[in-house]
Amino acid sequence: MSKPLTVWDLPREEYLAPGHRMCQGCGAAIAFRHILKATGKDVIITMPTSCGEITSTVYPHTAWRVPWIHVAFENAAAVASGIAAGIEALKRKGFIPKDKDIKVVAIGGDGGTFDIGFQALSGTLERGDNVLYICYDNEAYMNTGIQRSGATPLGAWTTTTPVGKVWRGEWRPKKRKDLIAVAIAHNVPYAATANPAFPVDLYMKVKKALSIKGPKVIHVLSPCVPGWRIEPEKSVEVGKLAVLTGMWINYEYENGTYRVTTPVPKRKPVREYLRLQGRFRHLTDEEIKKIQELVDAEVARINKLVGKEVIGPVEG
Amino acid sequence: MKVEYLTGNYAIAEGAMTAGLKFYAGYPITPSSEIFEYLAKELPKVGGIVVQFEDEIASINAIIGASWAGVKAMTATSGPGFSLMLEGLSLAIMIETPLVIAYVMRTGPSTGIATKSGQYDVMQVRWGAHGNYEIVAYAPWSVQEAYDLTIKSFNVSELLRIPVILLSDATLVHLWERVVMKGPGEVVIVDRKKPKVPKDMYKPYEPDEDLVPPMACFGEGYRVLVESLTHDERGYYKTTNEVQRKLVWRLVNKVRKNKHLVVDSASYFVDDAEYVIVAYGTTARSVYALVKELRSKGVRIGLFRPKSLWPIDDDALVKACSKAKKVFVVENNVGVYVNEVCRFLKNKDVISIPVIDLDIPSPEDILNVMREWL
Repeated sequence: MSKPLTVWDLPREEYLAPGHRMCQGCGAAIAFRHILKATGKDVIITMPTSCGEITSTVYPHTAWRVPWIHVAFENAAAVASGIAAGIEALKRKGFIPKDKDIKVVAIGGDGGTFDIGFQALSGTLERGDNVLYICYDNEAYMNTGIQRSGATPLGAWTTTTPVGKVWRGEWRPKKRKDLIAVAIAHNVPYAATANPAFPVDLYMKVKKALSIKGPKVIHVLSPCVPGWRIEPEKSVEVGKLAVLTGMWINYEYENGTYRVTTPVPKRKPVREYLRLQGRFRHLTDEEIKKIQELVDAEVARINKLVGKEVIGPVEG
Repeated sequence: MKVEYLTGNYAIAEGAMTAGLKFYAGYPITPSSEIFEYLAKELPKVGGIVVQFEDEIASINAIIGASWAGVKAMTATSGPGFSLMLEGLSLAIMIETPLVIAYVMRTGPSTGIATKSGQYDVMQVRWGAHGNYEIVAYAPWSVQEAYDLTIKSFNVSELLRIPVILLSDATLVHLWERVVMKGPGEVVIVDRKKPKVPKDMYKPYEPDEDLVPPMACFGEGYRVLVESLTHDERGYYKTTNEVQRKLVWRLVNKVRKNKHLVVDSASYFVDDAEYVIVAYGTTARSVYALVKELRSKGVRIGLFRPKSLWPIDDDALVKACSKAKKVFVVENNVGVYVNEVCRFLKNKDVISIPVIDLDIPSPEDILNVMREWL
C-alpha cells in the first residue's frame, strides 16, 4: 500500500493567484486553490454569479490563471456542456489533438446549484456531458447579503429567515436537499462531498473525478466568515468540526459503491459545531436536539449505504 | 399618519403593506433584496406570508397563483431577474392577473455592476414580454414617491387587472429620506371588483363597460377557467381571428381607455419655458437642480417629469412643451425614452441627452452635454 498523500505532496503550482478580494478565512478560497491544483492548467472554468466569482475577478485583476468564463446565474452547467461539446467538435475536426485532455469544470455556489441552476445541472447530468460540476456550498446567498437558499440548514439565521418569536431562522424542518443523491439519481459515474478543512481529500476527489469520463458532481462545504458569523481564523476549525460532529460527511460514490473518506469513530455533539457560529446563536436546547436528531438520521443512512459503521455514535 | 426615515427599498415595502400586500415571493438580487428582507420581518406581523423561491421564474408565477387565490401579491427584482420573469409577465397580462413587480434597475447588460445605478431598462419594461399589450410602469424620484407610487401601483393593478411595474434604481432604493406614511383611511385603497351576476351566469373574461372583467378567484364559488391560450369570454380556447382580435384589442384598450386613471406627471417652471427638459426617476433630481440654477441666471427653462413612464401623460407633456423651442430628454442610459417623447412632439426639436453615470448624472455633466444646444 502506498503512503497516504499529505499537503506536502500536492503540486506547488498555484493557479489561483493571491491578492483576490475573498474574505480572510474564506472556505471557498481554500477550496478553489486546491481544486485548481488538481485540475492543472488544462482546464476551462465556468462560474455563475456568486461571491467567489465577484471577489476573485474585481477589475482590473483576476485570480484565475486558467481560462475562465463568468455566465448568468442559472446556467454554469449549460455553458460547461457547450464548452465540452465545442472541444469535442474541434477534436473531431482535427483542430485539437484527440488525446489532449482538456477538462471542463463548472463551479457554482449553493444558490446557483440547489436553486436557480438546478435545471441546467440536471440537464448536464442527464445528457451525460463530460463535465465536472463543483458546488461550493456556504449554505446561503452570501453575495447578495446572506439570504436563505435551498441549502440553508435548519435553524440558521439569514436575512430572509430572521430570528424572532415566530421565525427561528431557517424553518425547513427536515434535512436539506441531498445534492449527491440527486446526482446519483441521474446515474452519474462519480459523486462526492468534500471540505476545504481536508484539502488532500478534496484534491484527490477532484483528481479522481477528472479521470472519469462523463458527468461528475462534487459538493464542497465552504465555511463563510460573514455569513456564518464566525471568526476568520476559525473557518478551518469549523470545517473540521462539521465533519467531527457529523453535520458534514466526507464521502464518495463511484459506480454503485459508497465510501466514507473521513471516518469518524466517535462523533462530537452538534452543539460544538453550532456554538462557534453566530448564525446559530439563538438556538434553544430543544432546537439543537432537533438538529442532532437530523444528523443522527443522516449518519445512520450513510453507514447503511457504506455497509458498516464508519461514523460512530456521539461520545459522552 | 406617521413620519419615518426610510430607504427607497423600505419605503416600497411599507407602501406595499399600506396597499394591502399579503403575499411576497422573493429571490435575492442586488439591489432589490432589502425589500424582501424587510418584508420577511414585517409582513408576517400583519398576517402576510413571505416565501423565498428558487428563482425569479418561480417567484413571478407564485404571485400569479397567490393573486388568483385572492390576495394582493408582489415580487421585487432587478434586470437579470426581470429577464427571467418575462414569460410570467406575459402570462399575467393574458390571464389578467393583478400583481406588482418592484423593478430596481442596475447597470447592464448582463450582470453589469450589481450595486450601481442606471436607467437602461425602461424599454425592456415596455416591450420585453411577448405578444401585444399595454404595460403600466411608474418611476419615482424620491423615497416619498416610492412609497406613494407603490400604493398607486397596487391600486391600478387591482383596478385594471394588470401587472404593474414600479421602476426605481439602485440610487433611489439606497437613499434615506423622510417619508410621510399613511394610516388606514388616509389613502384610497382599491380592491379588484367582484362579480355581481348569479354564479351560473358568470363568465370569467366578460368585461364591464370599462373593459375590465370582474375577477372571481379560486374557491369563491364561481366557475373560474384561467386560460393562457387565446380565449373567449368563458375562458375557452378558440383559434379564430374574431376571438384573437377581440381579446388582444380589449387587453390593450382596457389600459388605453382608462389612461386618465393611470397616468401621472409633474411639471416645473414650464409656463414660459423656451427650453423644457424631460427626465424621470433619479435623473430628474439632478435635472431639477440644474433647472433651478439656470432659472436663477435668467434662462427660461422648465422640467417635465413623467411619473408614469408607461403610458406617458402625453397631454401634460404636450402642454408643458407648448412654448418650448427645444426639448431635451435627459436619461442615465444611451438615450432610449427619447423616442417615446418624440412620438408626441412631432413638430418640436427634441434632443437626446444621454449621460451614463453609475450613480446619477450630475447637473454639471448634464449641462456640459446640453450646452451646445442652449
